[in-house]
Amino acid sequence: MTTTRLLTLAPVDIVIVALYFAVVIGIGFYLKRHTKTGEDFFLAGREMTAWIAGLAFVSANLGALELMGWASSTYQYGILAMHWYWIGAIPAMLLLGIVMMPFYYICKTHSVPGFLKLRYGEGARMFSAVSFSFEMILMSGINMFSMALVMKVMLGWDLNFSIWVSSLTVAVYVFLGGLLSAIFNEVLQFMLIWAGALLIPILGLIEAGGWNGLVTKIAQRMHTNTYTHLWSTLGSFKDNPMGIHWTGIVFGLACVISTGYWTTDFLVVQRVLSARNLRAARMAPIIGSAFKMAVPFIVILPGLLGIALLPGLVPQSQVSALHPNSYNEVLPLMMARYLGPGLLGLGVTALIAGFMSGMAGNVSAFATVWTYDIYRASIRKNASDKHYVAMGRWCTLAGVLVSIGTAYVVMQFASIMDYVQAVFSFVVAPLFGTVLLGMLWKRASPAGGFWGLCLGTVGSLAMWAWVRLDPSALQYIALSPHAKPMAENMYRALWSCLFCMVVTVVVSYLTKPKPEAELEGLVYGLTKLPSERDLTIWQKPVFWAAVVAVVFVILNIIFW
Amino acid sequence: METKSVVPIWFFIGIVLLVYGALITGVSVYDLFVPPARTVVLANLHAGIWWGGFLLLAGLFYTLRFWPAKSDQ
Repeated sequence: MTTTRLLTLAPVDIVIVALYFAVVIGIGFYLKRHTKTGEDFFLAGREMTAWIAGLAFVSANLGALELMGWASSTYQYGILAMHWYWIGAIPAMLLLGIVMMPFYYICKTHSVPGFLKLRYGEGARMFSAVSFSFEMILMSGINMFSMALVMKVMLGWDLNFSIWVSSLTVAVYVFLGGLLSAIFNEVLQFMLIWAGALLIPILGLIEAGGWNGLVTKIAQRMHTNTYTHLWSTLGSFKDNPMGIHWTGIVFGLACVISTGYWTTDFLVVQRVLSARNLRAARMAPIIGSAFKMAVPFIVILPGLLGIALLPGLVPQSQVSALHPNSYNEVLPLMMARYLGPGLLGLGVTALIAGFMSGMAGNVSAFATVWTYDIYRASIRKNASDKHYVAMGRWCTLAGVLVSIGTAYVVMQFASIMDYVQAVFSFVVAPLFGTVLLGMLWKRASPAGGFWGLCLGTVGSLAMWAWVRLDPSALQYIALSPHAKPMAENMYRALWSCLFCMVVTVVVSYLTKPKPEAELEGLVYGLTKLPSERDLTIWQKPVFWAAVVAVVFVILNIIFW
Repeated sequence: METKSVVPIWFFIGIVLLVYGALITGVSVYDLFVPPARTVVLANLHAGIWWGGFLLLAGLFYTLRFWPAKSDQ
């Protein structure tokens, strides 16, 4: 145990945390008896309501590092971090619900690589499945290590204890109940995250004198009002703390990275595929988007409150006796500031719940892709359904153990963490280009899809390597020598997606397309959508998407 | 999968919120009479009592609304 921990738990806090572990494992044991077939284990029986699928869709993304990381980024960059929740998520979620979900759902695929198999063939599926599996295990290990580090700094818990206890808990409940158990726990975790984190912005706003008082305090502390404006400072790379231009946010983040993530990353798409019918599957991302729009209240607002009420937090590298805390600790510091016995246990439970929901998302998606898109496709093609369920269960356990191994590798080579966002953009951006063209353009051929995906990924890796070898290349990739790493990721994703699409189009015109009969249910114009004529306006997904879109525009104008 | 036979997730959420609400309210009322060693900012607002009470009521609502025997009917 270390003496430098930020928080000390009272006995009631420990009871609250322990109770949480007991409940999630209990849910796993309870649901095991309801998980018998492959459809049950990998897709929760395709029986989830729109609300449950929608909350799980958001929760799988709402990890503890998301909460801690973006509160810290807000302290550093101000309200600009909000872009990752609003323009960097909401339009993409609506696109998934309104445009893309029908193709995923009607073709009855088990996974995103499975869709690529139906649309382009085995090559694209295998490339996507292998790169996705690698990404999942790497992300899972990095998140595990980061969470253990947070628990050590916050509570003085031993790194090994945090890694093994929390990951084995996830392994047990996903092993027992598969996606059904993961989804049930994600909904529970979503509620606990809100219950544990909501009090901090409420009390913070009371202390700061409301929103106007907060804005005034931040302007006084930072001697500028750029920390509380979303768009007005994005006209130049030099005018905002993030060193980014609005084109990077709109075209790189909104059009490629976030749209790619929310519409093709199987970790989140799998939750929506579990919906009980097409209408529920289309409503789920729309419901999710409404909640996503509210998440900044518990993530961004604590960061802004930190700027006003906790001055003097410094980068991790500058921590000293004079400045004992880094801005990475802004959320735990706010917890220590406001949360007494009992409430502190709930806050810590919220962080652990966030970590577990993210990790369960990783391992359940990994188990599905491994079992259906790698094992069944190329190792054992004609086994029984029972055999694949058993493979999914053991794969869950193996995925957790490999993730633990990755966490220990990261512990030895901490610089790996600097490359997480880059790895993410290598996989997601070209995949988005391939899936989008596959759904909207019937002329895209199997060879075009495969080569677009491969060369888009290679192109992204090459751009990344170019800037590492010659830093002056940043001015070509990110359009400015002043761009920061985050801006570089945005532009690299944009170029790799465009490159993937150009390659796909050129190769498609040079090669033979699939016959139209084989594209039914997969491509726009060849897919018969069920009529919504009998539905009232309140039952139509497009109506609720419009409501979310209007609120989204109003919020952006208010915080312009 | 027979989802109708599965106890709704909202019931589990109700139970958890109910127990957490009772614990937080209980310990916060106790702290009124025996103040804890660690004091927090805005302690005068007694956030534990009203937030714990809110969780308790929300938990009670979800538990009763989604009680398994009732939802099976």
